[in-house]
Amino acid sequence: MTGRGSTAEGNGRTLAVHLTVNGRPITRVAGAHLTLLRWLRDAAGVTDPKYGCGEGICGSCTVLVDSAPVSSCLVLAAQVDGAEVVTAAGLCEPDGSLGPLQRAFHERHAAQCGFCTPGMLVAAAAILAGGPPRSRAEIRSELHGNLCRCTGYGPIVDAVEAALQDARQGGQPGQAAAGEAGAP
Amino acid sequence: MTGHDGRTGIRTSKEDELRVVRRPLPRHDQAEKIAGSTRYAADLALAHMLHARLVRSAVPSATITKRDAAAAFAVPGVVAVLFGEDVPHNVIRVDVPGQAVEVAALKASMEVLATDRVRFHGEPVALVVAETEDALAEACDLVEIDYADLPAVFEPGEALQDGAPAVHDQGNLLSEWNIDTGDIAAAFTNAAVVVEGTYQTQAVDHAYLEPEAGVGWVDDEGVLNLRVATQVVEHYRDVARILGIPEARVRVIAPYVGGGFGGKEDMTVEPYLALAVWRTRHPVRMQWTRQESLLARPKRHRMRMRYRTAARGDGTILGQDIEITADAGAYAYLSALVLLYASVHACGPYKTGAVRLRARCAYTNNPPTSAFRGFGGMQVVFGYESQMDLVARRLGLPPAQIRKQNALTRGDVLPVGQPIETEVQLAATIDAVMSRAGAKPPPSGPRKATGRGIASNMQSYGRLTWLNDSAAAWVGFQLDGSLSVRCGVPDIGGGQASSLAQIASEVLAVPMEAITVHFGDSALTPLAGTTTATRQLLMSGNAVYEASMQLREQILGAVGAESGRPAGGLRLQPGRIAGHGTAVSLTDALATCRRANVPIEALGTFFGPKGTPAVRQLQADRVFPDFTFGTHLCDLEVDLDTGQVTLLRYIAAHDVGRAINPLSVAGQISGGAVQGLGMALLEEVVVEDGVNLTGGFFQYLIPTATDVPDIEVVVLESGEGMGPFGARGIGEPPIGPPAAAVASAIHDALGSRPTVLPVTPERVLECAGALTGPGQSVQS
Repeated sequence: MTGRGSTAEGNGRTLAVHLTVNGRPITRVAGAHLTLLRWLRDAAGVTDPKYGCGEGICGSCTVLVDSAPVSSCLVLAAQVDGAEVVTAAGLCEPDGSLGPLQRAFHERHAAQCGFCTPGMLVAAAAILAGGPPRSRAEIRSELHGNLCRCTGYGPIVDAVEAALQDARQGGQPGQAAAGEAGAP
Repeated sequence: MTGHDGRTGIRTSKEDELRVVRRPLPRHDQAEKIAGSTRYAADLALAHMLHARLVRSAVPSATITKRDAAAAFAVPGVVAVLFGEDVPHNVIRVDVPGQAVEVAALKASMEVLATDRVRFHGEPVALVVAETEDALAEACDLVEIDYADLPAVFEPGEALQDGAPAVHDQGNLLSEWNIDTGDIAAAFTNAAVVVEGTYQTQAVDHAYLEPEAGVGWVDDEGVLNLRVATQVVEHYRDVARILGIPEARVRVIAPYVGGGFGGKEDMTVEPYLALAVWRTRHPVRMQWTRQESLLARPKRHRMRMRYRTAARGDGTILGQDIEITADAGAYAYLSALVLLYASVHACGPYKTGAVRLRARCAYTNNPPTSAFRGFGGMQVVFGYESQMDLVARRLGLPPAQIRKQNALTRGDVLPVGQPIETEVQLAATIDAVMSRAGAKPPPSGPRKATGRGIASNMQSYGRLTWLNDSAAAWVGFQLDGSLSVRCGVPDIGGGQASSLAQIASEVLAVPMEAITVHFGDSALTPLAGTTTATRQLLMSGNAVYEASMQLREQILGAVGAESGRPAGGLRLQPGRIAGHGTAVSLTDALATCRRANVPIEALGTFFGPKGTPAVRQLQADRVFPDFTFGTHLCDLEVDLDTGQVTLLRYIAAHDVGRAINPLSVAGQISGGAVQGLGMALLEEVVVEDGVNLTGGFFQYLIPTATDVPDIEVVVLESGEGMGPFGARGIGEPPIGPPAAAVASAIHDALGSRPTVLPVTPERVLECAGALTGPGQSVQS
């Protein structure tokens, strides 16, 4: 992973970074200049956050860092050393089946090519964690940092709205619809 | 094996007899994607994998005077720096990918790595391979390339004039199509009204979220494997030609692709990844940056379309006189075909008595242009639908009425000579959006205006008939009654693989969860052709249908023979074969087949309809298999002070023949409409004097969730398509109408019509007559 000898970006300087990713503690010694996205993908092998633009516009690389949604292409791994990181895969149940928010996405056809989906799910999880139910317009507003080129957004808004409603009704989002949604 | 002519009534099964088809089932690929576990092209990592990157031309038109790799090669970790001379056959032939037969008129070529001449900003010149991404980045900056500028040309109109700088030695005219049908002079002489308009569309980027990427390696058989984000696994043939090795030694695997839209139809990383792997004999990954993708991968054609339309006083269209000039950019790619599509679709879904069309596509020193959802057939919607509205306004006719009264019907012959063979439900799509829409909403306040526009379109599905298209699929039972489908279709996000499972499930009564689809592998799955041209449901869908039908007959035949009863009375039901008052389990039936030497698998091949190639003068018979028709309605509000457009409501109706999976159909329509709205209002690749200034998503604005309303989708099912169960293709058609619908709505709101895309706030204000002078900038 690390550059050998001198390289332009890293000057060969490496650094140990410790992160808890989806509940799993991971330590990697890697280039000090690595973004969180590259650290996750290339050093830790966590590939569900995607590279889409590298400049914080598309949202495909969104992860939760200590519960806050972050474009992982814009921060260095070293800057968040010690943090709890949650990616889309971390929204699954402990047995690997889809979690409540994911089931809402599944039922409402909120993924097509699926490339924006991990980032979109993490952004949606942040909305869910953010408190009271919102209007569709507010959901759209909160998702506007995550680009999708396939769905036209409607099914994604549907899914988030449904998950919010389930959460309000049961405290257990997605429960009502759980019977129909297939496990992966 | 059955061709189009062998199709039987069984494809248009009655709705009430369908068990799985038409059900809104969550697609089988969704769960993995939502769990975050789908491995896209860039997600694969192999031990000791190297990394590759291109060094691209910094200028649009120049002679290369120096290429020096010494400094780059000195960077620790650099394994190879390759130039054109290192490529065994340094040429990419531009015929039509995946086809055995070339269309001679369309033959052109470009270098894999430019050796002594570059023709656009971003053209690949050198390929660097290194052990780490960091070494790669450093080395790419150190490859020395010097240029001596050459004269250049950037406007297709100028490129076609005498004395223009020659982009290629053979001249700047890449392709030309003409149509002369009926008596055009008489049409204009007899016309009560003649309407003229000139319309311009812009360069647009596909902007799928997944940048071009792939990983390559050499396997234990000495076969070069390329696992890449592609719409066309048949590019293994192009790679083999470039490397000078047998086609059988190259394998292309398409994992689930993070969006294609035509942008992964031409080769992207393939030849470079192949070279890097072949030269180093190491696994290699190549991933283009977003900036690289925006800079140098082919765009949608800019088109300038001049229309003159002749109509009778009652609104009947008598004739169209059309001139189209398109920007091919620096290399041919698929431009000739795109222009052909534009020509064939240029009169829209309407009866048009007489047509004179002159379409030309010119080389320039701009980034190349090629395939993009709608493929030339969508730019012209902006032209012909604007004209329909202008004729209607001139005559005081409602926009819905003029479209309905001129709509094509079955049996009509298109200007190119192709008869329409299936029922056209264009009027029903118009009625659907109009009845759903109700009254136009009032403005929300002073200095606001609201408008409503509709636009209809037709878009072919299935490839050009000249290309001898075919698709194959293998369907086989496992001994436990589960089912495997093998088909070379790349799945680019439209549910291509999942639809095949649904078709097999319907025919063979196997539950969806017991079906596995193996797809997108040029070595291990039967070749199914490109996931382009809205062709996979038609082609692979019919291949799976044929194979499944054949397999059903084999099994029923074997069971009937063993029981001594006619197979005609037997039916496949979930888990069993029933009939004649008894039933046997599916697993017993499969055992029966094995005892009787009856295969429990089948290979189906579907051949597309044929047509006779034309050269320049389009006076053909059948050009495309068939067409999909639809109508969109847009309500919007304009801020008269800022020019800001707010989309209030958007309704999209298409006749899809039969919705194999209504969720996938609605997804295609909703996503296509929003991609079209991006082209209408936001998106433009800005190139100035050949320099591409569009450096990232911060400059290239695609619609966000806040830019668009919910797309209200109306699905009509005529049962008339040529796909399985009467399905029509729906991948491309929904991107056609939005720009015209938006322009019509703005015309309705402001009384003046935008004719240049995208319709920015500045252009809206020009329509409102409110822009006070040059230099005033209004930001959205």
